[in-house]
Amino acid sequence: MEISHANKRPDFKRTRSLIDRIGDPVLKAITFIAAALAVTVLVLIAYELIKGSRLAFRHFGLGFLTSQVWDDIHGQFGALSLIFGTVVTAVLAILIAAPLAIAIALFLTELAPKPVRALLGALVEMLASIPSVVLGLWGILVLGPFVKNQLEPLLGSALGFLPFFRGAHSTSGILTAVLILTIMVVPIIASVTRELFTTVPPELREGALALGATRWEMVRGVLLPAARPGILAAVALGFGRAVGEAIAVAMVIGGQIGIHWSLFAFGDTLAAQNALQYNGADTNLQISSLVYLAAILLVISLAVNIGAQLLIRPIDLRPRRQRIALDRALEAEGVSAD
Amino acid sequence: MAEPVFSLRTSGRLRRRQMVNRLMGALALGAALLAVSVLAIVVISVASRGVSALNLDFFTKNAAQGFNPTGGGIRFAIVGTVVIVGIATLMALPLGVLIAIYVSDLASPRLARITRLALDVTNGIPTIVIGIFVYTMVVATHGQSALAGSLALAIIMVPLIARATEEVLLLVPNSQREASLALGVSRWRTTLSVVVPSALGGILTGTTLAIARAAGETAPLLFLTSLGTSASADSNPLHPLQTMTLAIFQYFELPGFEAKAWAAAFTLMCFVLVTSLGAKLAMARYRKKLGG
Repeated sequence: MEISHANKRPDFKRTRSLIDRIGDPVLKAITFIAAALAVTVLVLIAYELIKGSRLAFRHFGLGFLTSQVWDDIHGQFGALSLIFGTVVTAVLAILIAAPLAIAIALFLTELAPKPVRALLGALVEMLASIPSVVLGLWGILVLGPFVKNQLEPLLGSALGFLPFFRGAHSTSGILTAVLILTIMVVPIIASVTRELFTTVPPELREGALALGATRWEMVRGVLLPAARPGILAAVALGFGRAVGEAIAVAMVIGGQIGIHWSLFAFGDTLAAQNALQYNGADTNLQISSLVYLAAILLVISLAVNIGAQLLIRPIDLRPRRQRIALDRALEAEGVSAD
Repeated sequence: MAEPVFSLRTSGRLRRRQMVNRLMGALALGAALLAVSVLAIVVISVASRGVSALNLDFFTKNAAQGFNPTGGGIRFAIVGTVVIVGIATLMALPLGVLIAIYVSDLASPRLARITRLALDVTNGIPTIVIGIFVYTMVVATHGQSALAGSLALAIIMVPLIARATEEVLLLVPNSQREASLALGVSRWRTTLSVVVPSALGGILTGTTLAIARAAGETAPLLFLTSLGTSASADSNPLHPLQTMTLAIFQYFELPGFEAKAWAAAFTLMCFVLVTSLGAKLAMARYRKKLGG
């Protein structure tokens, strides 16, 4: 009996073609380069904005942040009134949008009859996909007249003793911008919050209801606390969106430098100022000042977004990890997960 | 018979709790109705103003020149949008899919986390900041071009496509991967010929959503591509081109162009809403199919 070939290992290497052997590392390298590109773009954006704003930074330094002049003729630029306008419009929009959006999410997950949930959710999300230039056009030509002729007189007569509701009524201004931003932000917060509510384990809900809680008590005592970090993150994302919106705000806010406490007044924001000055910037200093504004916007959006991601992460990962653990346990028991 | 100790009739505190419950329910219903009616008001008012200015010329002719510049159509803007968004998609789609493959199948958890964070942060950057970035990097030295606009839109689209793709890649059952590997198929062939094809539907709907989003962007294009309302219908991506969104923004600033602004807004809104709604429905169906 010849067994001399039996202990010779079969040559698996030869059965794989060259392309199969180098394919794995090649694919990994290509996809790694793609991912590295995504990270690089982010770094590059920061670098270019710092480089582009250097001229303005040398001229005005950090005083740029505390000066409210924007004078192209004398080459004096400052961001204070724009920062003020940005913060005021975004904060007011969030104050209106957040409760509305959470209420919508609650309605969609807890109250709406099952068949209409998906449809209603899709309609709310559609609001987010209306292009901002269309919303801006609508804001100034349809919402604007309503604000001027109905809303502002009403607010003025009811709350005119406050400095925030005084002054001439107009179609454009801070109030119109706040309303447009609210419309843009509500669907964002609502859709994230809705996802969060659906990930809250049903046992928690059922436990509360079984103890005799009303639906609202279950929401207040179980649902909202369980989803709180996620809701905060959703609100932060909405805030970031409101801060960064350029076109729609530029179309409705009136584009005026200066700090006014009345909501009826014209205003301006960092992003809108950039949009409005696109072709009016003649000097290098003015262009550099606009880039400086963009750099401020970038810093705000980075802070808001990274903060939001850190808030979301624990909520986002835990159910998945639990699901995987559960699947494994079931598989070990010989039960199929389906 | 003795009186029952507990009354089952709702009274006092319980009634108050039920009232609060009902009130909150009504408020939630009101909020949902408000959102839906705002959507209806926007759509109806844009439609009613836009439809009247629509005709075949509006889509097939360029802007009129000379004495009556309000005549003519927006063919040049439609062509520009198609070119700019088309090139952006060609850049963003392969990149987004490759990133998603890396994050979902190949990267270590730490690198995957960094990449995801970079994508989410990029997604959160105001689009006008991306426009200014491309302006300082490309346009300041090479001048305006449709290509610069495409680059800005691609930066906006990559995170959207990558995240959508990653989500569907994770939905592909591991048993499919294992079956392929067990047959002796190498990893990269498994990824490209088993995993990606079964996620293809999801990738395409994610891309459609990103296209709808990019077609509606104005801010990142302001500095990058042409702004003339009388631009001719060029389709060379190295030239500055007009887009629908820029046209609306300019018509809005010019007296006498209001009807055209509404018509263009209506056209754009229809395109964006129909494609994004269609893509979302397809995505939901697809997710159900894969998720089982």
